[in-house]
Amino acid sequence: MQGLTGREGTFHAKAAAAYGTKVVGGVTPGKGGTRHEGWPVFNSVHDAVRETGANATVIFVPPPFAADAIMEAADAEIPLAVCITEGIPTLDMLKVMTFMNGRRTRLIGPNCPGVITAGQAKAGIIPGHICREGRIGIVSKSGTLTYEAIHQLSKQGMGQTTCIGIGGDPLIGTSFIDALTLFSADPDTEAVIMIGEIGGTAEQEAAAFIKRTFNKPVVGFIAGQTAPPGRRMGHAGAIIAGGQGTAAEKMQALMAAGVHVVKSPADMGAKMREALGR
Amino acid sequence: MKIHEYQAKQVLSRFGVPVPRGEVAFASAEAGDIARRLGGDIAVVKAQIHAGGRGKGGGVKVVRSPQEAEQVAKQMIGMTLVTHQTGPDGKKVGRVLIEEGLQIERELYLSIVLDRAAAAPVIIASAAGGMDIEEVAASDPDKILREHINPGTGVIAFQARKLAFGMGLPAPVAGKFVKVLEAVYKAFVETDASMIEINPLILTKGGELLALDAKVSFDDNALYRHPELKDLRDVTEEDPLEVEASTFSLNYIRLDGNIGCMVNGAGLAMATMDIIKLAGGEPANFLDVGGGANAEQIKNAFRILMADKNVKAVLINIFGGILRCDVLAQGVVAAVTELGVPVPIVIRMEGTNVEEGKQILRDSKLNFTTADSMGEAAEKVVALARR
Repeated sequence: MQGLTGREGTFHAKAAAAYGTKVVGGVTPGKGGTRHEGWPVFNSVHDAVRETGANATVIFVPPPFAADAIMEAADAEIPLAVCITEGIPTLDMLKVMTFMNGRRTRLIGPNCPGVITAGQAKAGIIPGHICREGRIGIVSKSGTLTYEAIHQLSKQGMGQTTCIGIGGDPLIGTSFIDALTLFSADPDTEAVIMIGEIGGTAEQEAAAFIKRTFNKPVVGFIAGQTAPPGRRMGHAGAIIAGGQGTAAEKMQALMAAGVHVVKSPADMGAKMREALGR
Repeated sequence: MKIHEYQAKQVLSRFGVPVPRGEVAFASAEAGDIARRLGGDIAVVKAQIHAGGRGKGGGVKVVRSPQEAEQVAKQMIGMTLVTHQTGPDGKKVGRVLIEEGLQIERELYLSIVLDRAAAAPVIIASAAGGMDIEEVAASDPDKILREHINPGTGVIAFQARKLAFGMGLPAPVAGKFVKVLEAVYKAFVETDASMIEINPLILTKGGELLALDAKVSFDDNALYRHPELKDLRDVTEEDPLEVEASTFSLNYIRLDGNIGCMVNGAGLAMATMDIIKLAGGEPANFLDVGGGANAEQIKNAFRILMADKNVKAVLINIFGGILRCDVLAQGVVAAVTELGVPVPIVIRMEGTNVEEGKQILRDSKLNFTTADSMGEAAEKVVALARR
């Protein structure tokens, strides 16, 4: 974990370890050689990877330094980097996207809760105790709305395979399409819940992808049907700009692609049951 | 963060973008002095508000003497200007820009914005300047030219030429356009702007290119590294409750309805607004108390919600991941006890420590309505708001 020695990092490292994740160390430049809560701390991601064999990193670094942390992880060729940080300047993320072109590292986020595979491990802050093992995948721009979806599924007796929070920023490392591609190839995932938000065109692009090549049932919900235009609704990417990126257009596109779209966030679980004919 | 036209011009000018001579006035006497200093036969008095459409709304007036400038400024300062972008309530004008009048040969459109799908800045240019670019995009999409910029190279001169010739600019003007575009891009990158729009970019009869109007907004996430830009904020252009909420680092947006919402997480907060509407109610606000909200923050959130006199009922919808339900419950009980909340409160909690949280609410003996699901919570709060 990059930022392990901070308050957030410490809390979530312990939670992840308790869930069964193999947390092997932390990176805080300047604190290399020390130990924190029983874990070794390193000055750099390179050192950490070399000494521990880590194959994933979760980044809890504050906004002014987070882009640097992501790029450092990519430079160390670590296969997975999950960035929780909210508030990274957009132009910093532009640099990150350019830097990461052609590199091995998969970035999830930023401004996301990370990823969890029910009953196995998590890289991020999604609470493990709300998950049940099962066959439904979730991909979402939101954090707590994802937990809501997990909760609804669990209540309906449908467990989850993997839940991926892709984050609410305008520039992110893993898109809906990237996540759906992974779910398509995952033999354990039978169906997917997709949770989007106003802003940008990611859901519309995903709809085209689903229409072309995605064969498992998808239930979709778009948050922000009642959001006023031109206002940033919390998430940096959640803004209807120039009349574009509305919830209505996203819902249209998804429905046209055969996605089971629900208007109410309370209906995600029930709709999945219906879509699977249970 | 939005800024006024005159501020946008100051910022752009620092990077070498040519702008008309002009100064801001906060009082009519100043306006007369500025007009005098500008000289010339014509000046323009422009109301400074954070919205477009000012011309049609009567917020832009040509004047022919310093006395006239002073008179017009006197009318404008303090007026409520209503445009198609301000909403029916309009915006109060506190400042005016007095600018030299210019002889316009052509009006062009130029803007830079991030293209999210392409993960690159995009330059949008059009020979159809001075008009609503969205109307042009709808009626005449071929008139809109786009060039994506590679962040590694910045604007390459051939790209600027492509746009210039695409807009039909003659050769000497095309050269000037290249310089203007490079300056605008530099401003975009170095100020961490989220959008720069120059509409119109004019070609004067004398062959000069100038930004006759300018809109610049900055990435809120980057303001921490631009303190001098942060100072350009005009809080009188913002909703007072939203300004107050921002001092507590609460993410709050005021809406028109009567059901106050307190939620953790932006996606869930938007979804809560949506479900209230679906249940037949109207949300009064968007409020994300965030993952780390402590008892003090929750009290502040309540204060802000209740300061909106339209609020007839409150819905608290919390899914505790980082935020623990017992911490939330303690905060709510403390806030309600201290502030005295005169409207019904529906609380729906789920997640970390939910049972402890529910117990705290029960033990408080305060009159909360609880709900187990989002659907139930929405139905209950809509019914309570109707009473």
